[in-house]
Amino acid sequence: MKNAAKKIYIALIVLFLYAPIGTLMVLSFNASKTRAKWGGFSLQWYIALFQNEEILRALFNTLVIALVSSLFATVIGTIACIAMTGMKRQAKSILMGITNIPMLNADIVTGVSLMLLYISLGIRFGMGTILLSHITFNIPYVILSVMPRMKQLNPSTFEAALDLGSSPLNAFFKVVFPDLLPGILSGFLMAFTMSLDDFIITHFTKGVGVDTLSTKIYTEIKKGIKPEMYALSSLIFVIVLTLLILINLSPDKKEKELRYGGKNEKK
Amino acid sequence: MNKELIQLVDISKSFDGQMVLDELNLSIHENEFVTLLGPSGCGKTTTLRILGGFANPDTGRVVFDGQDITRIPPNKRQLNTVFQKYALFTHMTIAENIAFGLKIKKKTKSYIDDKIRYALKLVNLEGYENRMPDSLSGGQQQRIAIARAIVNEPKVLLLDEPLGALDLKLRQEMQYELIRMKNELGITFVYVTHDQEEALTMSDTIVVMNQGYIQQIGSPESIYNEPENAFVADFIGDSNIIPATMIKDEVVEILGTRFACVDTGFGENKPVDAVIRPEDVMLVEPDAGIIKGVVTHLIFKGVHYEMEVTANGYEWLVHSTTLFPVGKEVGIQVDPFNIQIMNKPESEDEEAVAIDI
Repeated sequence: MKNAAKKIYIALIVLFLYAPIGTLMVLSFNASKTRAKWGGFSLQWYIALFQNEEILRALFNTLVIALVSSLFATVIGTIACIAMTGMKRQAKSILMGITNIPMLNADIVTGVSLMLLYISLGIRFGMGTILLSHITFNIPYVILSVMPRMKQLNPSTFEAALDLGSSPLNAFFKVVFPDLLPGILSGFLMAFTMSLDDFIITHFTKGVGVDTLSTKIYTEIKKGIKPEMYALSSLIFVIVLTLLILINLSPDKKEKELRYGGKNEKK
Repeated sequence: MNKELIQLVDISKSFDGQMVLDELNLSIHENEFVTLLGPSGCGKTTTLRILGGFANPDTGRVVFDGQDITRIPPNKRQLNTVFQKYALFTHMTIAENIAFGLKIKKKTKSYIDDKIRYALKLVNLEGYENRMPDSLSGGQQQRIAIARAIVNEPKVLLLDEPLGALDLKLRQEMQYELIRMKNELGITFVYVTHDQEEALTMSDTIVVMNQGYIQQIGSPESIYNEPENAFVADFIGDSNIIPATMIKDEVVEILGTRFACVDTGFGENKPVDAVIRPEDVMLVEPDAGIIKGVVTHLIFKGVHYEMEVTANGYEWLVHSTTLFPVGKEVGIQVDPFNIQIMNKPESEDEEAVAIDI
């Protein structure tokens, strides 16, 4: 009885969370153009979507920005973590606080401030400004996922590598980096997702004629909702969901399987 | 004595204005098992880190085999270190861990394979090549850390409290293992510990340190039997350190009673400290002893009973295999050669630091 109640409760939560998205996805396969009636299953909106050059360009922009910005953010964030580890306690916590602020800050504030900054510096809006903005808001996410790994590191392993004759750089890549890698990877994926997902900041820092998927959808919807947009939104949802699953499938788990898979017990 | 291999000359080091080492001088010989022994914060680990190249001394020189290596980075030194927390590379197999140093030195594959087999045999972990460090127990991990260090054929192996994380039984086993390994390899071991028993068991030479100063250097026997000051006497094992007066050569007055002793050259009527190990205090019938006392505490310790006897206003710590119940009147007797006379500490640095064990 108690168990059944539990299950019903969970089902309700999931239903409320996913009913809107479910509706959207169902409608994206609807052959009829109106939302009111079901005209049979069809992939026509998906086909139309992939024939729409503007949308394809927006998709391309989105992927390029997400990839490049998260790569940059990962490198910068990781280096920042290494530097912060060497700092004194107080300086470190102040810096950690500062890096956390952009994450908590309202996107619209970040977006408008970046826009104002670019205007005052006289930078021309376009792909460059979107990229810069995305790198900026991605760095804290990378730091957030690399830092805990950094704290778990045994400081002696780096020294042990030096002790065995390794140069400092080599010691970092052979010994420290592999231990950080799971954190770096999940930081990268998180940054990628955040970038893919972003609308507000992109909206304020993009130039005329440059669009990412989210801003494209926004402009399209202003003109009236076309079923193609259902298809597009469904696709974005599926991509983001996949990435999130990837992030949460902790690399630690895989590591452990690899580690203990090939045991050769002998005593 | 073998030839000198390492000299530390006038090494000073401070962290954030706090002096950790003050003009330390130390010579280490070839094929010697040297233990740096002292309480935490005495500078023993800093000394080891300076030897390994992980810390730079503020002043002074480190001379290795006639060469000044003070400013040479750790990766260019012919020393290897076994770290306190093993510091194995967790993403590599045992074989890869051991091969790490050899691969950097670009040794051939067959050479490396031979070395891995040899090292695992030496540490009694044959067949563990493909295991991951996390799947090994603490003692096994520590032995791998030792194997990883020795395959590089260092002239000196530095060990930073390597047995600190192990349980008592395992620690004792590993002590014998280490002595065996040292004899098989014929290299110098510099060992850091705060465990006096460990130091006494394994070392050729013990360097007792406190507050950045060397208190005494000597063989385990001389450190235990002839401590030079109250700190050493107190840190190495339990002891009764009693204020006394040296009446003349071979006669000392302890708590108002004259005892025969074997020390000479302290002068006449000079205040000194007398050190008597608890196992050297013999309890006899009240009238047969030199002084009389009453047993006030009794604890069973396994090998012996630990008793406290109040006599002439001092609480004598006594170890004996014979039981004297609390409240019993006893006589205390001490053989002359078991009384160790020390000068009173002249400076604060020599002052004994209270250590409760």
